[in-house]
Amino acid sequence: MINESLAATSDTLFSVAVGLYSLAVVAFCAELAFGGRTAPARELVAAGGGPAEQPVARPGGTADDEPARARRWGMVAMALTALGAVVQAGVLVTRGMATGRLPWGNMYEFGTAVVLVAVVVYLVLAVRTPSLRHIGIFVLAPVVLSMVGIGLFLYASAGPLVAALRSAWLAVHVTTAILGFGIFFVSGIASVMYLVRARYEAKVAAGEQPLSRIVHRLPGAAALDRTAHRTAVFGFPIWTFAVIAGAIWAESAWGRFWGWDPKETWAFIAWVVYAAYLHARTTAGWRGRPSAWINVVGLGVMIFNLLYVNMVSTGLHSYGGVN
Amino acid sequence: MTTTVERPAAAPPPPSGPSPASRVGTTLLRWWRSLTAMRTALVLLFLLAVASVPGSLLPQRSLSQSQVTRYFADHPDLAPVLDRFYLFDVFSSPWFAAIYLLLFLSLIGCVVPRAVEHARAVFAAPPPAPRHLHRLPDHRSLDSGLDGTATLDVVEEELRVRRFRVVRREGRYGPELSAEKGLLKETGNVVFHLALLALLLGLAGGKLWGYEGSILVTEGDRFCNTFQQYDNYSSGALVDAGEMSPLCVTLDDFKAEYEENLTAASFTADIQYGLAGSASRGTTIGVNSPLRFDGDRVYVTGHGYAPVFSVTFPNGDSFTDISAPFLPAETQTMSSEGALKLPDVPGSDEQLALQGLFAPTGSVQGGVLTSVDPRPLDPQVAVFVYEGYLGLDSGLPQNVYSLDQTQIDRGNLTRVGEANLKVGESTTLADGTVITFSGVKQFAAMQVSHDPGQVWVLVSAIAILVGLLGMLLLRRERVFARATAGPDGAGTVLVVGALTRGSADTAPRFTALTDDVAAALTRRARTEENPRT
Repeated sequence: MINESLAATSDTLFSVAVGLYSLAVVAFCAELAFGGRTAPARELVAAGGGPAEQPVARPGGTADDEPARARRWGMVAMALTALGAVVQAGVLVTRGMATGRLPWGNMYEFGTAVVLVAVVVYLVLAVRTPSLRHIGIFVLAPVVLSMVGIGLFLYASAGPLVAALRSAWLAVHVTTAILGFGIFFVSGIASVMYLVRARYEAKVAAGEQPLSRIVHRLPGAAALDRTAHRTAVFGFPIWTFAVIAGAIWAESAWGRFWGWDPKETWAFIAWVVYAAYLHARTTAGWRGRPSAWINVVGLGVMIFNLLYVNMVSTGLHSYGGVN
Repeated sequence: MTTTVERPAAAPPPPSGPSPASRVGTTLLRWWRSLTAMRTALVLLFLLAVASVPGSLLPQRSLSQSQVTRYFADHPDLAPVLDRFYLFDVFSSPWFAAIYLLLFLSLIGCVVPRAVEHARAVFAAPPPAPRHLHRLPDHRSLDSGLDGTATLDVVEEELRVRRFRVVRREGRYGPELSAEKGLLKETGNVVFHLALLALLLGLAGGKLWGYEGSILVTEGDRFCNTFQQYDNYSSGALVDAGEMSPLCVTLDDFKAEYEENLTAASFTADIQYGLAGSASRGTTIGVNSPLRFDGDRVYVTGHGYAPVFSVTFPNGDSFTDISAPFLPAETQTMSSEGALKLPDVPGSDEQLALQGLFAPTGSVQGGVLTSVDPRPLDPQVAVFVYEGYLGLDSGLPQNVYSLDQTQIDRGNLTRVGEANLKVGESTTLADGTVITFSGVKQFAAMQVSHDPGQVWVLVSAIAILVGLLGMLLLRRERVFARATAGPDGAGTVLVVGALTRGSADTAPRFTALTDDVAAALTRRARTEENPRT
C-alpha cells in the first residue's frame, strides 16, 4: 500500500530542502555583509556632508546603492531559495505518490506545505519587486527554523488517511487553509519588518544616526507596509473560503457546520483579527504601526492555532499523527 | 481604546437647558453615533475574538460535559468561580451574547446608511469636478488644438470605451466632465456586511428552531425521531416536540474497515429509513456521507460492539441473545467496557447483572484480557456476575453502561462469579444459572440533527465571499476633466485628474489613459484640419 522507497526519498528531499534553505540564509548573510561594508562609510561621509544627503532618505529601497558583489550574493541566495522550493515541492509530491493520496493528512505534511507556500509567495514578491529581495533573510531564517521544528517535532511517517479525512473536501478545505496560512506568514513577516524599519526611519527623521546596516538595507517602510497589506488582502478571501469550506465539510462529517471546536474557534479568531487588520488600514488613527501590530497578532494566532490547538487541546481536528 | 464604549458615563447635564426629552434624545443619538463608529466596530470585533479565547482554552459543556466534570474535580476552588462567569459555557454566555449583539447593532448602524447612500449613488450622476484638479493624486494638463466641447468629446469617448459612466456639465470654470466606474466595489462592501448580518440571523434561527439527538443503535434495532428515545438531546427554545418529523431508522448492518496498519478506513451503516407509517427505503450512510431526508440529517458518529449473551436459569427458563452496547475504552484496539442488567429474573427475587470488558480480538495473559486488534477476529469477554439489587427503581438516574457502584459498596449487589469467555463458551454459577457468550453484534452511535438555518447560513457565507472579493479586488475610479481656454487665447488646455480607491499603483493606468487621450486629440485635430484625407 505504502511505497516505502518513495517515502524514504521524500524524507531525504526534506533534509536536502532544509540544507538548501540554510545555504540561502548564509548567502543572504553574505549579501548583507558585503552590502553593509560600504554603507557605514557612506553614512560617515553623509554625516559630514550634512543630513540632507543621508542615503536612507532616498525613498523606494536601496537597490541602486548596492555593490556588485552583494548583488551577486543576493542572486545566489535567490537561486538557492528557488531550488529549495523545488526540492520541497518534491518532498510533498513523493509523499503523495508514496501514499496514493493528497500529501496533507497530518501536521508534518501540513506544516511542510505551509512553509512551501510562504517561500513561493516570497519568491514571487521578490521577482516582481526586486527591492523586496532584501527581506529574504527574515523570511528564510524563520523558514529554516520552522522546517527544523517540523522535522523534529511533527514528523509522522507516511501512512494512509484516517476515515474522517477521506473526502473531497480535504482537497478544498485543507489546500485553501495551507494557501491562506502561507500567505499570512509572509504578510506577518513584512509587517514585522515594517515595524522595525518605521522605527528606524523615525529615528533618522529625528536626526539620529542610523543604527543598523541590516535595517538600512531593508525596503522603505511604506513599501513594506504595502506588501504586508497586499498579501493580506490576497490571503483573506482564501482564508474566508477555507473556513467556509471547513464548515461545509463539518456539516457532513460531524453533524453541524459550526460547533466551537477549538480549531474552529481559533480559525474564527484569526479571521476576526485579519478583518480588523484590513479595517484598521482604512481607519484614521489606526494606520501604520497599530494596524501592523494587528497583522503580527494575526500571524501569532495562526501559529498558535496550528501548534497549540493540535498538540495540546483535545478537539475534533486531532489529525496530527504526533503522540 | 475603549473610551467610545464606556461613553455612557457622561458628564451631568447643566441644570437649565433643553427639555429632558430632547436631552435624552441627544444622549441616545450620541450613543448611537459612537456605537456605529468604525472605531467601535473594530473594538467590538476585537472583543469578540478575545472573548472566544477562553472558550477554546477551558473545557466547554457544549463540547464535553465529562471534561468539565474532570476540571471541577481537578480544580475544586477555581472551577466554581470560573463557572459563575459562564466560562464553561462561553458561547452561550450573556456577555458573549452582549458583545455580538452590540457588534450586530454597530454593523447595522454602519451598513444601512452606507447601503442607502450607495443605492443613491448608483442612480445619481457622478459628482461634479472639484475646482482644483491638480490637487488630485493623479493629474495631467494637455494642450488641445480643438475647442473646449470637442476636446471633452474626445475625453468622453476614451472614457466610454473604458466603460466609465460619464456626465458633462457646464461649470463655473469652463465645460467639465465627471466619470465614474467601479461602483461594484462599494456594492461588494455593502453585500459583505449585509451578508454578515444575514449569517448571524441564520445562525440564531438555527439555534432557536434546531435540535440534535444522539442514540446508540445495535444492529437490528430501530429508533424514531422523538426526544424520549434519544440517549442525549439538545433543542432550541422554539422547538415544538410535537412537530418533529416522524422519521424512523433501522440499523441493518454496520461495517468498520481497516487498513493494514489498523488505521480506520471506513465506517458504513446499512439502514432502513422512512416516516412512521409509510414505506421505508434502504441506504448506506457513513463518515462524511450522512442521510439527508425531509430537513433532518442522520449521521454515524461512532461505533462499538455489543456482546450477545444467553442466560439459562435453574428453573429452565432462559433469555436468548440479549445484548448491551459496551463502550469503547480505547479506540485503537476497541477494547470496550459495559454492563448487561437483568432486573427480572424468572423464579427469583434477586436481580442479575454482568459487568466487564469486551475485546474484539482477545489475548489473555496472566488471566487478564486485553484487546490486540479492533476487528472482531477472536471476540472474548471478561465478566463479573453480580446478584442482588440493581437500584434501577431507586429514583436516581444511573449510567446504562455500568453498574451502580453504591449498590455494590452497600452490599446490595454481590459478586457471584467471574469468567473469561470466548464465543460459544459458558460459565455456570453456584445456583446452576448458565451464562453463555453467544456472539457479538456491532452498534452505531447515531445522531439526528435538524437545523433550519443552515441553508440560510450557507447562502450568506457565499454572499460574504462574493462581496469580499468585489470589495478587495475591484477599484472605484473617478476621472474629472475640464477644458479652459489657452493662456494666449489660442487652443484649449485640458486638465484631467483622477481619484482611485482600492488600488496602489494608479499612476501607470492614469498615464495610459491620458496618453490615449493625447493621441486621440492629435488625431482629431489633424482630421479637422484636413477633412478629406
